[in-house]
Amino acid sequence: MSTAVLTWRQFRFERKMFWRNPSAAFFNFTLPFLFLIMIASVFGADRKELDILIPGIAGMSVLGTTFTALTYTFVFNREQGILKRIRGTPMPPIAYFGGVIGSAVANAIVQVALIIVIGHVFYDVSWPHSYFELVLFVVLGVIAFGSLGIAFAHVIPNFDAAAAYVNAVFLPVIFISGVFYSTKSLPLVFKAIAVSLPLKHVIDGLHGAIVSGQGLGDNLTALAVVAGWAVVGLFLTVRYFRWD
Amino acid sequence: MTELAIEVNDLRKSYGELEAVRGVSFSVRRGEVFGLLGPNGAGKTTTVEILEGYRERTAGEVVVLGYDPADRDRGLRERVGIVLQSSGFYPRATVREAVEHFGAAYPRPRDPDETIALVGLEGKGDTRTGQLSGGQQRRLDLALALVGDPDLIFLDEPTTGFDPAARRAAWDVIRSLRGLGKTILLTTHYLDEAQALSDRVAIVKEGLIVAEGPPSELTNRPRSYRVSYQQNGTRVEMETEDPTELLHRLTGEALQRGERLEGLSVSRPTLEEVYLELTAEQHEEAEAE
Repeated sequence: MSTAVLTWRQFRFERKMFWRNPSAAFFNFTLPFLFLIMIASVFGADRKELDILIPGIAGMSVLGTTFTALTYTFVFNREQGILKRIRGTPMPPIAYFGGVIGSAVANAIVQVALIIVIGHVFYDVSWPHSYFELVLFVVLGVIAFGSLGIAFAHVIPNFDAAAAYVNAVFLPVIFISGVFYSTKSLPLVFKAIAVSLPLKHVIDGLHGAIVSGQGLGDNLTALAVVAGWAVVGLFLTVRYFRWD
Repeated sequence: MTELAIEVNDLRKSYGELEAVRGVSFSVRRGEVFGLLGPNGAGKTTTVEILEGYRERTAGEVVVLGYDPADRDRGLRERVGIVLQSSGFYPRATVREAVEHFGAAYPRPRDPDETIALVGLEGKGDTRTGQLSGGQQRRLDLALALVGDPDLIFLDEPTTGFDPAARRAAWDVIRSLRGLGKTILLTTHYLDEAQALSDRVAIVKEGLIVAEGPPSELTNRPRSYRVSYQQNGTRVEMETEDPTELLHRLTGEALQRGERLEGLSVSRPTLEEVYLELTAEQHEEAEAE
């Protein structure tokens, strides 16, 4: 079978396995919506808060579905010997990676789309001003977070430790990157950290695309930082990837 | 087409200072079951993983089905099936899904249900792989290695952790594969397994092959007959190259004394004894240096 067909088969297989894993399906899929609905129902009256929350949760979703999910996937598959087993078959590595990463990307796209729909239908947030900018930041975010997740898997010794490692990154990053509240009110130290990491910039880009409607020209810094992290992530992934 | 499925010539592999494989040469003919035997850390798995394309060699020549495995050619992997010492699978996939999914990567896969039956997992097709017992998981490993209908099969300690009945069943599968004309490279530290299954074995010790040949020839070494009997309640054991002469002398003496040689037996050493002897010899040499 051709590489394209094998990639598609791997993707389908990953989708099937994803829905059979209740904890992945919950943390990866349901949690962002729970956060959105709970926080929106507390601060729902506040227009400004919703304008932060919708792109914030969308950015968190991109992080969770790619960085978090792929870190777990690669640590587990490496520890279980699944990566090594696949390497011993004629399955082209690109087809395997394509299927696994494609499945994570599918989750990211579906979640961002649902968050935008929920925001519009229930909380009266406008439809995105720029779909191009939206897609651009989601795609760059997926590349940066996904590759950083696969690279991060390299330093995690085993699957039991994975949750600790992932949450040590995920939780602080979502709290300082403007998912739930504006980064303007953060202490300088946290602000400096947030500015150097990609999530804040993905959220800024999504904010521009969905809420403010300011052109891409105003988010060039954000674009550059996220693209820079994407390059770093891809380099680390290719350089340090291990099959066993 | 060459008659050899595997050719290994002066293979070496170093990890920093440590030389794990120190100049190994052997060849495996098509249709043969070849056993690599040795204690843990002897270099068998390193050797096999170089042949499988998982590791790069430091020096030497390796040809597998006409390919250099270091090139990681897809054409080679289409003709090779690998059973690793330990490797899992998506625990939420069913056995049939796993076998089907793996088969898709090969040009001429076997029928999934036929493959499942071949390894003795009939009726388990709809079981999730995470729910299989240890022995059943190893059968699934074998099924995943066989689904591509490979010409050459690597089996790395395929029966470790099996109960005796499961081992016999696995041996039957391996024999039936040989009957289909498959070439098999088996590594094991069970000597009876190597003796029962292999056409030829190589004994690996500290990165070197210390003996190679058919199990029957390996056990046919100088002083390879053991004659034993009871005398005055104690067991007497003697080793000889020529049991005919020794027995003639012993029986003659016994007749003269008017005694019987109680519990007389003549035996050939098992592969295990040869193996222990060979690996011990090497220790003595090393200590003498």
